[in-house]
Amino acid sequence: MKLSCEVNVHHLTRVEGHGNIHISIKNGVVKKAQWEVVETPRFFEAMLVGKHWENAPYVCGRICGICSIGHTLASIRAVENAFGITPSTQTANLRLLLKHMETLQSHILHLYFLAAPDFLGAGSVLPLATTHPEVVQRALRLKLLANDACDIIGGRRLHPTRTVVGGFTMLPEKGALEKIRQRLLASVPDLLASAELFKTFAIPDFSRETEFVSLKGDTGYPFIGGGLVSTDGVVKKEHQYRAMTNEYCQKGFTSKLSKLSRPSFAVGALARLNNNFTKLHPTAREISKFLGLVPVNHNPYMGNVAQLVECVQVVLDSVQLIDTLLGSPWQEARQPVKAKKGEGVGAVEVPRGILYHYYKFDKEGKVIKADCVIPTSQNHANILHDIEALAGQYAKTGKQDREIELLAEMLVRAYDPCISCSVH
Amino acid sequence: MSEPLSYLGVPLARPKVGFFELSSCEGCQLQLLNNEATLLDFLNLVEIVNFREGMSERGDNYDIAFVEGSVTRKDEIARLTAIRKHAKILVALGSCACFGGVNQLKNRFRDLEWVKKEVYDDFPIETMEVHPLADFVQVDLEIFGCPIKKEEVERIVTDLVLGKTVRHPEYPVCMECKANENICLFELGEPCLGPITRAGCDAWCTSNRRGCWGCRGPAEGANLKQLEEIMRTYGFARETILDRLECFGGFASFADTLRPKAKKSPVTQKATAGRKKS
Ligand code: SF4
Ligand code: SF4
Ligand code: SF4
Repeated sequence: MKLSCEVNVHHLTRVEGHGNIHISIKNGVVKKAQWEVVETPRFFEAMLVGKHWENAPYVCGRICGICSIGHTLASIRAVENAFGITPSTQTANLRLLLKHMETLQSHILHLYFLAAPDFLGAGSVLPLATTHPEVVQRALRLKLLANDACDIIGGRRLHPTRTVVGGFTMLPEKGALEKIRQRLLASVPDLLASAELFKTFAIPDFSRETEFVSLKGDTGYPFIGGGLVSTDGVVKKEHQYRAMTNEYCQKGFTSKLSKLSRPSFAVGALARLNNNFTKLHPTAREISKFLGLVPVNHNPYMGNVAQLVECVQVVLDSVQLIDTLLGSPWQEARQPVKAKKGEGVGAVEVPRGILYHYYKFDKEGKVIKADCVIPTSQNHANILHDIEALAGQYAKTGKQDREIELLAEMLVRAYDPCISCSVH
Repeated sequence: MSEPLSYLGVPLARPKVGFFELSSCEGCQLQLLNNEATLLDFLNLVEIVNFREGMSERGDNYDIAFVEGSVTRKDEIARLTAIRKHAKILVALGSCACFGGVNQLKNRFRDLEWVKKEVYDDFPIETMEVHPLADFVQVDLEIFGCPIKKEEVERIVTDLVLGKTVRHPEYPVCMECKANENICLFELGEPCLGPITRAGCDAWCTSNRRGCWGCRGPAEGANLKQLEEIMRTYGFARETILDRLECFGGFASFADTLRPKAKKSPVTQKATAGRKKS
């Protein structure tokens, strides 16, 4: 039986950013199992120092192209918390709706374009356009809906133009929101078909006991602001994010890493779902059960399934949000902003997990200190430990190098890592 | 019109293309996938042989290389040079690639050691001053924007494939903004770089009531003095113009003229001084 294996993946494909996987197994013993992050740092936290507060969301949104809306909203929330601004109910609802549409866009991109090819035996989504045209069309339909909604609410699907501290520069037309509402309702069959498709995928049998960190939903399934929680029982307030993230640097990573009660923890859709299962919309909860996902689930490959469940969640919740927004006349789009000395934290659940922005301002509202803690950087140590455990589990099974390589690649992809974001 | 199916003398029938990224948010590449309605038609126009973000297969046999991001570490110079060697046409995709983008905001400190320490403390980390692609290799075509506009890229790529000359608008964003019948944001108390920024985005931000920050760089004959005059009339501080001029790197030479002459920016001096005391 084959008991040795060498896996060296340089710049893993179908993930955002640059990371490497190395596994070396000799005679059934794992000699090396590594996850390396080699992405170049861009130094966003330094860039902002000395800048006027209005630069923070504008510049920091550019940390990530895929979750630029989430970054912008976390940044805005941090600034508003520092200045003591509470967004109006209308602003809060519009932001959450925008956030939901980014979640849908990002999850669909990941599920169909980045993850599904592995399960369908393809190298990318391109051949699927011929072999599974209905699957690709469905993905494009869902993604287009989400992106159109982001255009209508945020002004632009990436690096939104309308989102500012204090609210929005402009409000969507009610007729346009009504159309989005109809398209959301019409997308439910596509989501159910997605669930049927993912039900047929062979999710690798692997699990490793993990601590999961996310926002804790008091009123609903949480996305913007609130308390922090872990499955190991840690509970913190939003402004105590540092005690939840404990960042450190380590050789082999240009990104920072995090730990909490154990040497590593996980954030993301699976973490949110594990911590807030009862807060899901009943239909989303049913689909979760249908796909075999009930908390606490410790199989990282189930991150894909958790994302799919969240697609259902955000679509159904968006319909309700639009009903609320359409139910009353538009109020002021934007409230005035008065800068003041102080500090603020914004915690937002972006597609890949909980994101924190922190700023400290002087009395003119200029940035003295900035700190952004990214979901994927919180996940890196956990990915590393998962790869070690995965290599251990398969060391004596006689699998081919390529099989182990694919399992490791799929594992990393299941975290949907946003590596350039994690290094920023 | 030049010969059909060629660009810069390169025959191009369903050209092979590769997408690459240096230091970036990958948003410009994502914009290409964001063309859901026309994505499949667009893909028929070209053959993608390298697109790490989207596919596992990787080939070096591309005619056109689209490179996103700016150069911020030495190894990226080598990667860029290798891409240049393989590609017949190299396209700088987005403002990071064309001007350095937001990444070059760290250059203004003129003190990389301070920048590194601010983020990584004493952990050893490699970086360098941020550069656009053209500082190291010949760039055949630039596509401006942060992010790039998907319709514009499709048009440019189609022109490339059909052998048409690619032209950028020379006029400023203001022209598009007025054509869209927007109320001028200055009237609403919002500063705007529209008068000096190259059009082509269809006044993307100002049509959403957000001032232009100049992501596409200067229009032909951009007149900074005139903009300063407008900004002064509406009562905006020099710092407000500077924030916008220096944001994406396209106006670097303009920004330099507005910056205090000190070797280090006052911010760095203050921040470093504060650090030493603590
Ligand atoms: S130009 Fe802007 S959108 Fe494009 S990669 Fe750079 S930061 Fe991202
Ligand atoms: S809003 Fe800006 S782009 Fe539009 S007309 Fe006024 S200055 Fe020009
Ligand atoms: S309006 Fe200005 S900042 Fe906005 S996309 Fe156009 S050039 Fe860029």
